[in-house]
Amino acid sequence: MYKLRATIIKDLRVLTRDKVGLTLMFVMPIVLAIVITSVQNGTFKLVNENKVPLLVCNRDSGEASRQLVQAIDHIGMFSIIGVSAAQTDRQLTDRMHAKDALVAIIIPPGFSQKIMANAQFVASKALRNMGMQQDEKTGQPVRPEPITLYYHPVLQESFRSSIQGSLNGALQLVQNKAVLRSVYLSLDEKQVPDSLENEITGNLADIREIPISRDGSRNIPNATQHNVPAWTIFAMFFIVISLGSSVVREKLNGSFIRLKTLPTSYLVALVSKQVTYLSVALLQAAVIFAIGVWLFPLMGLPRLNLPKDLAGLFLVTLICGWCAVSYAICIGVFAQTQEQANGFGAVSVVLMAAIGGIMVPSFVMPASFRAAMQLSPLHWCLESYYGLFLEGGKLGDILSNILPLLGITFLLQVIILVGLRRKRLI
Amino acid sequence: MSTAAVQIEHLGFRYPGQQGMCITDLNLRVEAGDRFGLFGPNGAGKTTLMNLMTGLLDYKQGSIRLLGQELGRHDKSFTRLFGFVPQDFSFYQELTPLENLAFFGAWSGLGKKEISARSAQLMEVLGLSDVKNKPVLTFSGGMKRRVNLAIGVIHNPSILFLDEPTVGVDIHTRLAIIDYLKQLNQAGTTLIYTSHQLSEAEDLCQTIALIDQGKIIASDSLQGLLAKHGELGLEGLFLNLTGRAYRDG
Repeated sequence: MYKLRATIIKDLRVLTRDKVGLTLMFVMPIVLAIVITSVQNGTFKLVNENKVPLLVCNRDSGEASRQLVQAIDHIGMFSIIGVSAAQTDRQLTDRMHAKDALVAIIIPPGFSQKIMANAQFVASKALRNMGMQQDEKTGQPVRPEPITLYYHPVLQESFRSSIQGSLNGALQLVQNKAVLRSVYLSLDEKQVPDSLENEITGNLADIREIPISRDGSRNIPNATQHNVPAWTIFAMFFIVISLGSSVVREKLNGSFIRLKTLPTSYLVALVSKQVTYLSVALLQAAVIFAIGVWLFPLMGLPRLNLPKDLAGLFLVTLICGWCAVSYAICIGVFAQTQEQANGFGAVSVVLMAAIGGIMVPSFVMPASFRAAMQLSPLHWCLESYYGLFLEGGKLGDILSNILPLLGITFLLQVIILVGLRRKRLI
Repeated sequence: MSTAAVQIEHLGFRYPGQQGMCITDLNLRVEAGDRFGLFGPNGAGKTTLMNLMTGLLDYKQGSIRLLGQELGRHDKSFTRLFGFVPQDFSFYQELTPLENLAFFGAWSGLGKKEISARSAQLMEVLGLSDVKNKPVLTFSGGMKRRVNLAIGVIHNPSILFLDEPTVGVDIHTRLAIIDYLKQLNQAGTTLIYTSHQLSEAEDLCQTIALIDQGKIIASDSLQGLLAKHGELGLEGLFLNLTGRAYRDG
């Protein structure tokens, strides 16, 4: 036990004198967590709280186009900037290049007239089908000129789809109202009352959004809940830079040779490194979580809500840390130089983070990547954390994520032992 | 017949993937309490033989006995019998000499009190007391050599293997190291020393072996060799036996 204690003290001393390694292990992930949460939180606010500036060039003078502009405004997503009908397409796009707005629509001339003509055709057809109109004249459907939607290329596809969906909704509303009015007029009724029109065309049922959770809580997930666990895992695996190169340094500076001639098994050093760096990983998690809980609200970011199952959180963090430490030692045992350990270690962690869902949500990945995702320990770490942080689960609920993580960790330990055996260290 | 510190019989060794033997049918006996020097040109097999004697390399042919016990047949606790001072600085340069001694002392099987007492003694004897709490990283080459030596002897080994322990140091440090090694030897430690600096042989060694191409080509007491080849001197004898061609090209 004294040998282990002396080795842990030695490892701690070496670690605390490696200022660059400490910076990478603590400062880098904190900065990442703050920056990425701030950026994602900003995007979330842009979509949900801020309005998207929209240039509207209405070249039609009719009622339907006026109603369309009203309907778009009613969505609440856009801040409408009216543009003179006399402006050319070029002038409009020039304003967009100047970033006055990222989206613009042009309602073509004759839009209202064609909407109404088409509504009359649809109304007549419907009434004939119901036997309420004898007129055999069928007429032709009228397709209005399309509404032009200009968008700035910096707009991401998902955001563009969301805008297009909203505009389609507004257009559909205008068309439905026009058809309803035509039906009324064809039946020689008076104009449809506004209240009835709204009842017919409006949404009768609201959509109630409820995030699913295992503990019945209804916390709405935010950028902090997503990012803090993800970047904590990334930080733990980035221990590879300090630990991997520490193992290589020992090999290169001859310490290994001396250790091989001493009456102590290298397993003691192996246990010591795992205990020391696992403590570091736990400390990293504690620091990042503390920042999420106490510092984020002061910075205007959403507060991190810790899971109710704190024992489960500790155990998952412990297993994630152990896996990260095992991976780092594995890299250190097999790398021949510090450059190899640092280069391969860092790149492999970034790749595993990418395929593991740290950088891009795993559900949007192509099917071919899903198999690779299962091999990334960061994926299982993230799923375990999300089970606790987002789903309100307990340890029992995330066993299916912890078991593969433990499997990968044991495999890494076996590879380490084989590597040390081949080097005759154990 | 007394127990030899090292007894090597018919030792053969080849590095994996290499065609020729690096050590061929080598026989050697070093008496307990001796100051034994192993000399040879670059690539002669000195470091390989040292690594075989310290268990860093495995051998399949022949036998190596340290104090009568076969090296390959014992567990790691057997290594407590000897100390090793490698040619490279084999310690943690971020740590101070005392911190290094605390760690390597524990790994050598010593308790906290023993380590503390031995460390203080070694720092004094090797002239490191003033810098014992400074990181080794800031030391000169000579000071690092002394730290390297201190770690090798912290557990008072019966046999001390030294691989070029004075390489790259000034004359003062070299003489201080040699004086300290003589003190150790007087206290009962057998010294087994390799170098390619023959001048050190006369200062330190009682018995000398010359190795070339993995074979012992001459072995005797220093006086015996000088008596036989007095007119050549050690350097002349060395060149006579090994030739003048480059050996590291």
